[in-house]
Amino acid sequence: MIKSTADIFSDFKGTEDDLIPVLQKVQENFGYLSQKSMMDVGRFLRIPTSKVWATATFYTQFRLKPIGEKHIMLCRGTACHVKGAPRILDEIELKLGITEGETSSDGKYSLESVACIGACGLAPCILINEDVKGRLTPKLVNKLFEDKERRDQDVE
Amino acid sequence: MKIRRGGIRMSNKTCLICQGTGCVSAGSREIHASLEKEIEQLGLSKDVKVKRTGCHGFCEQGPLVVVEPEGLFYAGVKVDDVPDIARSLSPQGEPLEEKPLYHDSATGNPITHYHDISFYNKQQRTVLQNCGNIDPEEIGDYLATGGYQSLRKALFEMSPGQIVDEVKRSGLRGLGGAGFPTWIKWEACQRAPGDEKYVICNADEGDPGAFQDRSILEGDPHSVLKGMIIAGYAIGARKGYVYVRAEYPLAIKRLEIAIDQARKKGFIGKSILDSNFSFDIEIFQGAGAFVCGEETALLASIEGKRGMPRPRPPFPAQSGLWGKPTLISNVKTYANIRWIVNKGADWFAGIGTEGCKGTAIFSLTGKIANSGIVEVPMGITLREIIYGIGGGIPGGKPFKAVQTGGPSGGCLPAELLDTPVDFDSLKAAGSMMGSGGMVVVDEDTCIVDLARYFVDFATKESCGECAPCRLGTNQMLDILNDIVEGKGEMEDIDILESLGMGIKKGSLCGLGQTAPNPVLTTLKYFREEYEEHIIEKKCRAKVCKDLIHFIIMPDRCTGCHICTKVCPVNAISGDPKQIHEIDQELCIKCGLCFEKCPPKFGAIEKNYGSKVMED
Ligand SMILES: Cc1cc2nc3c(=O)[nH]c(=O)nc-3n(C[C@H](O)[C@H](O)[C@H](O)COP(=O)(O)O)c2cc1C
Ligand code: FES
Repeated sequence: MIKSTADIFSDFKGTEDDLIPVLQKVQENFGYLSQKSMMDVGRFLRIPTSKVWATATFYTQFRLKPIGEKHIMLCRGTACHVKGAPRILDEIELKLGITEGETSSDGKYSLESVACIGACGLAPCILINEDVKGRLTPKLVNKLFEDKERRDQDVE
Repeated sequence: MKIRRGGIRMSNKTCLICQGTGCVSAGSREIHASLEKEIEQLGLSKDVKVKRTGCHGFCEQGPLVVVEPEGLFYAGVKVDDVPDIARSLSPQGEPLEEKPLYHDSATGNPITHYHDISFYNKQQRTVLQNCGNIDPEEIGDYLATGGYQSLRKALFEMSPGQIVDEVKRSGLRGLGGAGFPTWIKWEACQRAPGDEKYVICNADEGDPGAFQDRSILEGDPHSVLKGMIIAGYAIGARKGYVYVRAEYPLAIKRLEIAIDQARKKGFIGKSILDSNFSFDIEIFQGAGAFVCGEETALLASIEGKRGMPRPRPPFPAQSGLWGKPTLISNVKTYANIRWIVNKGADWFAGIGTEGCKGTAIFSLTGKIANSGIVEVPMGITLREIIYGIGGGIPGGKPFKAVQTGGPSGGCLPAELLDTPVDFDSLKAAGSMMGSGGMVVVDEDTCIVDLARYFVDFATKESCGECAPCRLGTNQMLDILNDIVEGKGEMEDIDILESLGMGIKKGSLCGLGQTAPNPVLTTLKYFREEYEEHIIEKKCRAKVCKDLIHFIIMPDRCTGCHICTKVCPVNAISGDPKQIHEIDQELCIKCGLCFEKCPPKFGAIEKNYGSKVMED
């Protein structure tokens, strides 16, 4: 459910150390941090927008652009790397036609990477929204994103 | 008959179903739901209890189901197996004999009991004792194991000074990576003037390839909370924070539940257990920055700033959160406190080696037959962990290296497999204990590529504050990129070494001070692989794309067209039933054709040498 920024702020005391938790809540609600919402946050916490922006861009969790319906996060941790994550990335990029950091033009998929999902025993793995998909092979990736191909064909 | 196990009163049988991240992703929620249903349908609900637990540690084999009191162990359980499991739990039921039993990675034989599995029976699970045995969302389970007794003991039978003394005599060293003696921080915080002090649990777990802190938080959150409360009493703090990375939603949820339940029971909050000690704990979600695992950056982050480290001294114990004395320790360090208080310093000091007491907990991953979380006494050898517990490399391939300490650590070769696992021995070998990642690699991993991977990680995660780290790691990355692309020169090796030493000396925080380690240790132990890349332009693991090519063997190609269809850049030509050919100029070396060519033909080969050399 989308709340307004004012609704979100009502849960906080409004001091500077609320900055990261507030940004997290805003992103949770809107999916990303828009310029307007960052200005609202600055006003609420009485700090310059530049500082809000500086903090938001420092942390990988924060996104300044909207993401796709399915948010794919590829693990680039060590365990996944040695078990073939680069190959999985190639495969996903091929399959979805987007590269790391992009969102597909139909707004269905976004592809990002994350330092480690913490499911290293299942390496290589990815997160799709909150679900971990582990023990991936190029073949499994193909299966996971089959629908995408079918849809594209329908459009053609 | 009622059986007591670890103090928990059980019905005749208890089914423990792992609900850790690994098993959940393998489908353990569905297993739980369907087992509960089956048991009810069979009318066994009174005799068989189905319990959701935290991580059993053997994540790779999930979903896991353990049946107590017998200690039966079912691995890779599928929904189809559930009716058989349910029937086996009836009074007349017999343990299953084949599927879904665990099969030994070496012999292939099925093993029925938990305690006969070498992955488990060679471990010493102390801190992890509750993980997998209790429901982490039920404080009652934790209390039944004797939980929070040590808190009572600490608050009513010990003075803060006595607690610090006990921690000192135990010899506990911080398990966040550096192995700094824990008592020194406790004493410094205790002696620091003022009554506004903080206790922080570092659960940022930045090391990519480690997940033991996550497993503890998901499997036994109360043991960590209790360690923090006792620390708060000992140093005179009233507020604690758990700094958890936001990528761990399940750990955060279980911590929230645990804090809430502990507060209701009076273990957290005002006048704990009616004493005059008050202590509260809050969760802070880290927003994804490796450097925030560093203690001063972590503090900046809680204060709402960019997570930039600052020079020490002053140490956090002197001037930490909002300038107040602050104790920062790792998840595992706090989880050890209850044992020290409960069983005493002497008991604890009886485990481990002269200089390193207690147990070490690792996430054993990579090219290893049994991957998962392992807990071992300090001082056992790498070989015992990798071969004894981990079952060696799958497929009997030769071992190449083991990486510990993540981006701050190093890669050790086969000659050093008998190195004892403790802070000092690993450091002497050029690696480090780190917070618990242990990644094993075999001959299919290119060591230069692995070193490049870590340096790439460091460049992305460097906060940019100090020049040696910001610029130096990028320089190293450029050189390593040249080497893996076949453009390296021999003098690059010397430059890497001197640059690495410079970055170590000149950087502000631990990130830069350790970032060159993966390169320096691999140069020390695997120098010939660097030289091969540079002189022969050869990657022996056939990983570096610029140093390999794919070719279709005319005598084996049947012209089946499979490869031409999968090639994403249309680099393969040939009519049906005609021998196909790869255009080396167009080929992007993705390897799809190599994987897709049916094994009965095996017509595509991956060879040394770039396409240019092939011409
Ligand atoms: C770049 C960097 C990352 C770190 N990451 C972690 C971490 O993820 N978890 C952790 O407990 N300590 C980490 N540390 C170590 C902390 O600075 C600190 O020493 C530790 O939390 C102290 O806890 P201990 O005494 O229990 O070891 C990191 C240090 C550096 C320099
Ligand atoms: S390395 Fe990929 S989940 Fe940890």
